[in-house]
Amino acid sequence: MIPLSHYLILGAILFALSVTGIFLNRKNLILLLMCIELMLLAVNMNFVAFSHYLGDLSGQIFVFFILTVAAAEAAIGLAILVLVFRNRQTINVQDLDEMKG
Amino acid sequence: MSFEQFLFYFFSTVLVGSAVAMITVRNPVHAALFLVLAFFTCAAHWIMLEAEFLGILLVLVYVGAVMVLFLFVVMMLDINVARVREGFARLLPVGLVVAVGMMVVMAMVVGAKVFQVESPGRADADYSNTEAIGRLLYTEYVYPFEIAAVILLVAIIAAIVLTLRRRRDSLYMDPAEQVRVQRKDRVRLIKMEAEKK
Repeated sequence: MIPLSHYLILGAILFALSVTGIFLNRKNLILLLMCIELMLLAVNMNFVAFSHYLGDLSGQIFVFFILTVAAAEAAIGLAILVLVFRNRQTINVQDLDEMKG
Repeated sequence: MSFEQFLFYFFSTVLVGSAVAMITVRNPVHAALFLVLAFFTCAAHWIMLEAEFLGILLVLVYVGAVMVLFLFVVMMLDINVARVREGFARLLPVGLVVAVGMMVVMAMVVGAKVFQVESPGRADADYSNTEAIGRLLYTEYVYPFEIAAVILLVAIIAAIVLTLRRRRDSLYMDPAEQVRVQRKDRVRLIKMEAEKK
């Protein structure tokens, strides 16, 4: 049987990878959003694993709500992204320096 | 190695591999597709953890809706792929240091002895995860559930309002303006001298 720590380490690997992704792809807003989705997935993995090994369904309910909020976040984030692209013709983070002063 | 362990390591390998591919590929469309693969394998993991409802939900909602939305946006925007990876080689060492550092710290925490818990065993064959979640969701968590519904409604309205665009070249007519129109707005009488032959 698989001990709990295996799942937790898997979640940790995913989280570390998504943080690295934010480092590597910090130019592109879409890839940043995707990395955030991956990060939420890593957190959800931990929730589900704890829920199973504790025998308590509350963790899964929590994942349910996280999924809801993440879907809303993705929808609004992509809407803002489309708006940014429509107004600036770019989604490169470096070019979005209107407020630099 | 039991079959369950084999499945765990197989899905974990695919999951980590697709995550690595997602953050390193050049094309955003490929990155989105690798994220889809990551979601699929994660759903398999959750089903192995007896969270069947959430596993199905992940595939239906995330792969079916959110990632398709991502793909739509990626394909709709004309992204300069060459510029996406600017400075990639320069950032790679920093990224690796961050990844390994975080990985080591978190592995030290979650690899501790307290987390070496063995699986509590499988539930009975007639146990329904969906039913149990539904029971909990509609009794104990009914208010958070309703708030989640409101959040989704707000997200729908926000997304529509943000991307709504009035087209200036469409032949739209305002009925109120048409009714309000008067003779002097449309007809102009001019007094002219008769022209001589």
